Amino acid sequence: MTTAILARPTLGQRLAGPWHASVEFLRLLSRRPVGLAGFIGIVFFLLLAFVAPLFVPFQNDPSLVDIYQTPSAAHPLGTDFQGKDVLNQIVFGGRDILTVAILAALVSTVIAITFGSIAAIIGGRIDTTILAITDVVLTLPKLVLLIAVAAILRPTSFVFLAVILGLIQWSSLLRQIRAQVLSLKERDYVEAARSLDLGLIHIVFREILPTMRSYIAIHFIFATTDAMYAQVFIVFLGLVPVSGSNWGIMLYFAQGQGALFFRDSIWYILSPILAITLVQLSLVSFASALEDIFNPRLRGSA
Amino acid sequence: MTTAVAAKDQVRTAMDPRRYLGDAWRRPISRAVVKALLTIWVTTTLTFVLIRLMPGSPVELKIDELIQTSNGSLSYEDAKAIASGLFAINLNAPLHEQYLSFIWNLLHLDLGNSFLSSGTGVTSIIVAVLPWTLFSVGTGLLLSFGVGIGLGLLAAYRRDSLLDRVVSTGGSLISSIPNYLLALLMILFLGVQWHLVNFTSMRGAYSSGMQPGFTPAFIGDIFYHASLPITIYFLSQIGHWILSMRSATLSALEEDYVTAARARGLSDGRIRTAYVGRNAVLPLVTQLAISVGFIVGGAAVIEQIFAYQGVGLRLLAAVTQRDYPVIQGIVILTTVTVVVANLAADLLYSKLDPRIGRAGGATG
Repeated sequence: MTTAILARPTLGQRLAGPWHASVEFLRLLSRRPVGLAGFIGIVFFLLLAFVAPLFVPFQNDPSLVDIYQTPSAAHPLGTDFQGKDVLNQIVFGGRDILTVAILAALVSTVIAITFGSIAAIIGGRIDTTILAITDVVLTLPKLVLLIAVAAILRPTSFVFLAVILGLIQWSSLLRQIRAQVLSLKERDYVEAARSLDLGLIHIVFREILPTMRSYIAIHFIFATTDAMYAQVFIVFLGLVPVSGSNWGIMLYFAQGQGALFFRDSIWYILSPILAITLVQLSLVSFASALEDIFNPRLRGSA
Repeated sequence: MTTAVAAKDQVRTAMDPRRYLGDAWRRPISRAVVKALLTIWVTTTLTFVLIRLMPGSPVELKIDELIQTSNGSLSYEDAKAIASGLFAINLNAPLHEQYLSFIWNLLHLDLGNSFLSSGTGVTSIIVAVLPWTLFSVGTGLLLSFGVGIGLGLLAAYRRDSLLDRVVSTGGSLISSIPNYLLALLMILFLGVQWHLVNFTSMRGAYSSGMQPGFTPAFIGDIFYHASLPITIYFLSQIGHWILSMRSATLSALEEDYVTAARARGLSDGRIRTAYVGRNAVLPLVTQLAISVGFIVGGAAVIEQIFAYQGVGLRLLAAVTQRDYPVIQGIVILTTVTVVVANLAADLLYSKLDPRIGRAGGATG
């Protein structure tokens, strides 16, 4: 009997759990058309941004005879003010923007989880201090600060930009994580772990955080959308001296070159708008569906 | 003897500053005030550090620029003296004195002078543009709050109905489109492709030749010019209010006091407004204040797209002109505005919710 319990699970058994979970997850997701559409959208844009560039040749040569062309077989989305193919720019312009958004979301989520759980578990003066700092950061007009910081520091690398974006948006998530940990702290299984003297590290990483996995995943997605918003915001305003091509830079040039008011170049300006909008919509609808699936209290009769 | 000791003890506890501070901290109103002051202090210090201390800081850049444009006729010391005047900081003083005089000037609302038009105070520049942003952002925010709360309440009552699905899905989708993209789409389709709206006539805060004053024509004109930014602020916030109100109402509906009110035979309308609605809307008041900060920042790009002369547009102009005193002034004044809005919300909250007003009540 004891040996049966102690026996290590075979590979098949170990994969069975996650496999069943994924099947169950897809089954629940398929009942939510909006969420499913979001999931498909995310997969599509990840493939477009990270895989498609490997198979498509990069076209970066300006061609003055081809400027502002309407969509055709050679240029499915037309051309821009330099005669470059718009579709090609969309394919190559996703990687940087998605990487920065994900990186920034990672930075803010890690800050929020670390200090949120420290505040909730240790409590006392540390809790008060962390909470006071969070409250202050929460009220700051972050986009105004972002403009000022970008104008003065002029972040040239994408990693630096991601860190700045991550540093301005952790505050509301920290409060939510703290509240979650505070309520989980009182649960019986955490009490049990504490009475067994399993140590703080074990309690946080083995007992409390795993329970919050889905919650963290959902808020990570929302953090990604926030970072994406702020990133395109700052790039579109031309405040980041960036080189290369991403959807935000396309938008900046399209607006700067007056493509907005030029009737024939509608696909030139519409393409980056649609790309960013569809990514945001996919992320939000997928995250909302996840919220619905993982929070049975809201699941109701749907 | 014992009474004397007890009395002495009492005096000591009453005088103990730590005890006194602790009591004050537990009082939500004084805590809100402290939080507000702390926020303003953090922002001002941050701008000071950014402008004065960062490597390649604006002060150093300005000094270099002055020396270069004068073709060597200015010595470093002279350029530094001019920069001192421009930034309203005595650059030769020790750093802590610079910082203190910076704070001292701020307390007198002296934000220095603009680089470009020397002699024009930053304060007067901001005072000229701030009302327009507050007006457009405030109107858009209050409209979306009012409508969103109504729709959210409705959606919660008709949970899982077609109306609920349309309202909550539609609201969340439209609000997840970044507001600047929504603004671009609006110009693209309503203006350029379909020729429904004449955008160029709507630029600026009011038409040139209009006499400012409390005349119906002028007020109409203001709304005409602000209508696009207001629409965008409305659309980009509405989904948030719908969803928050919907979930707040759903959880309020499960409360015992609602069941009790039903059992007492109160009318549905009264339960909806006075019991469910009032309790559900309370937490949203604080969110309203937080979103002020968010929209004021986001207003920069919206004002740029629609060429609406508010704080955001002025900030962007200052950024391209590297007019640091104006940047600094706008950052500080926007923060103060947002903080005051938050403080007002905190005070309003304690008025609306009698449980919060008492010392030692619910803590955040």
